[in-house]
Amino acid sequence: MDNLIALLIAAPLLGAAVLLVGGRRLDAVGHWIGTLLSTTSFVLGLVLFAGLLGKDAENRTLTQHLWTWIPVGGFQADVTFRLDQLSMTFVLLITGVGSLIHLYSVGYMEHDERRRRFFGYLNLFLAAMLLLVLADNYLLLYVGWEGVGLASYLLIGFWQHKPSAATAAKKAFLVNRVGDMGLSIAIMLMFTTFGSFAFGPVLSHTGDTSEGRLTAIGLMLLLAACGKSAQVPLQSWLGDAMEGPTPVSALIHAATMVTAGVYLIVRSGAIFNAAPDAQLAVTVVGAVTLIFGAIVGCAKDDIKKALAGSTMSQIGYMVLAAGLGPIGYVFAIMHLVTHGFFKAGLFLGAGSVMHGMNDEVDMRKYGALRTYMPITFVTFGLGYLAIIGFPFLSGFYSKDAIIEAAFAKGGTQGWILGGVALLGAAITAFYMTRVMLMTFFGEKRWQPDAQGHEPHPHESPKTMTIPMIVLAVGSVFAGFFFHLGDRFLHWLEPVTGHSEGDSPIGATTITGATLVCLVVGVGIAWARYGRKPVPVVAPRGSLLTRAARRDLLQDDFNHVVLVRGGEHLTRSLVYVDHTLVDGVVNGTAAGVGGLSGRLRRVQNGFARSYAVSMFGGAALLVAATLLMRAV
Amino acid sequence: MNPVNYLYLAALLFTIGATGVLIRRNAIVVFMCVELMLNACNLAFVVFSRMHGNLDGQIIAFFTMVVAAAEVVVGLAIIVSLFRTRHSASVDDASLMKL
Repeated sequence: MDNLIALLIAAPLLGAAVLLVGGRRLDAVGHWIGTLLSTTSFVLGLVLFAGLLGKDAENRTLTQHLWTWIPVGGFQADVTFRLDQLSMTFVLLITGVGSLIHLYSVGYMEHDERRRRFFGYLNLFLAAMLLLVLADNYLLLYVGWEGVGLASYLLIGFWQHKPSAATAAKKAFLVNRVGDMGLSIAIMLMFTTFGSFAFGPVLSHTGDTSEGRLTAIGLMLLLAACGKSAQVPLQSWLGDAMEGPTPVSALIHAATMVTAGVYLIVRSGAIFNAAPDAQLAVTVVGAVTLIFGAIVGCAKDDIKKALAGSTMSQIGYMVLAAGLGPIGYVFAIMHLVTHGFFKAGLFLGAGSVMHGMNDEVDMRKYGALRTYMPITFVTFGLGYLAIIGFPFLSGFYSKDAIIEAAFAKGGTQGWILGGVALLGAAITAFYMTRVMLMTFFGEKRWQPDAQGHEPHPHESPKTMTIPMIVLAVGSVFAGFFFHLGDRFLHWLEPVTGHSEGDSPIGATTITGATLVCLVVGVGIAWARYGRKPVPVVAPRGSLLTRAARRDLLQDDFNHVVLVRGGEHLTRSLVYVDHTLVDGVVNGTAAGVGGLSGRLRRVQNGFARSYAVSMFGGAALLVAATLLMRAV
Repeated sequence: MNPVNYLYLAALLFTIGATGVLIRRNAIVVFMCVELMLNACNLAFVVFSRMHGNLDGQIIAFFTMVVAAAEVVVGLAIIVSLFRTRHSASVDDASLMKL
């Protein structure tokens, strides 16, 4: 059974190769080839999952060694895969949601003449993402990490004829590069510290390593996670990444790739457990991003950007949980999985709405769509209820668990983190209700598009609605299913470890507080967007609203501090180079040149003047000798 | 007689030779002045040989004479060919080797 692991990756990789190399001959069937191979991978995943379930909890780690990649002295890089409960969870999420989104894209991309290439890229993404979660060492993980970055770049810029999409793709690529640098430094540090970068040796020797080293590795891993998972301060690319086709936003920028950072932190749990400072940094990043993303989500009128803010915020929850250590690892992954369901569902719903509304993304130009798109309305609505944590839906269980874990951190930190998580829950309820009300309720605010076509909202084709329905079912039941008998906890515990913190307040109180936050958030949103009609042109808004519309000035900050700062730095470096470095070099050259010019006058060609210098030299030598003797 | 006097003579001859090399332009005269300096050295060698009571200096004087003879052969040949090309034996006229 171990031998099947490589096939998980091979299937979508084959799909990518066939679709991208095959050319136009495959245009007619390309999308079905892609969907078929992605589904093959999912079925293989299910087979492996069944195999794992048949074993004892302790023996659920399978490895498959393919070949030694780089054998150089002590530097040994293997292509080895590791399938344990953690990677299994990811495999099922990636291939499951991935297959559904392949199916959805068949309908969504129907009128795009480059659909075959789109599916090639999607398959390439699946292969890279599976490599990322199945790798048994950090170097191989890095290959997958870069692979998903590449796929993300290609897919964000899929409509490359739009300058905005091309720019967004470049932005995502560049910002990710900063994080990737963190990962590569972390791998180098691991190699110098542990002499290896395979999971086994690295994660089992954290006890006998200096804490400073581990903190450095942890912080570098956190930087990597920040880049890939769009956490503060490397969050600026995610909003622009929404330029990509909506299925891409659903799969890569909501359900799977952006959660790779959480995977990295949870996978490296042993390092973080032994480095409390790095762990604290993780929680701080998570807590800040949680609020940051939520505030951005509140102000955006672009439905996809509002959801992108929400994604950022929800991943903030996961990172926060992952930073709590063994109290939170399991809940981070649990929220990751449930989030994968409902956020992918929400994005697919948004895509369906856009599909029916001539690709309009401004929610102020929606309204009253519930009767025109009943299936989209219901599935989106269920995803909405799940994300705000409506009782007994997925988000309720996973988010509640994270809030409890935050309080259970104990001490002042626990209170602060728990408070932030609660506040985040209230804001989540607010902005999601806002999206819901502006899109599906209220008056029609439809506007004709640039060519003057009135929108005729209609329900999307079956290939699109079926994935939405499946994801909605997942959004409703996944949390309850995981929660029942602490199934998810027992499943992941052997890999991540788990400990119960001691919470200063009872679980029931926290649940109650969460529900109060939920009601308050929904209530405020209702008062502002449900009771009153929504203006088609956005009002000026408060200072905070205006800042949030500009992504809380993150681009301005980057521009002023990094771009301008970089320009000033390079200019001053150029100045120093021109004056100081060139001055020294040119000065030396000019000095030598001038001196030589003087010296060459000595060469006048007169034999007698040479004789003078000879005699003079001899006389000097004699004089010196005499002088030395006298002394 | 005090041998140091011979040294004074050698120094005097050497100085005359050196001065001649420096101030005369005719290559033949310069050449003769060089010979004068060589012979001054020979005289000094012989005197030192006498003062130290061994034969090293005298042997070296023979070597110098051989070298001087060889030098005369080469030197005169150069002067003759120089005179042929330039119709002058002045050392200052042969001043092309400069920058």
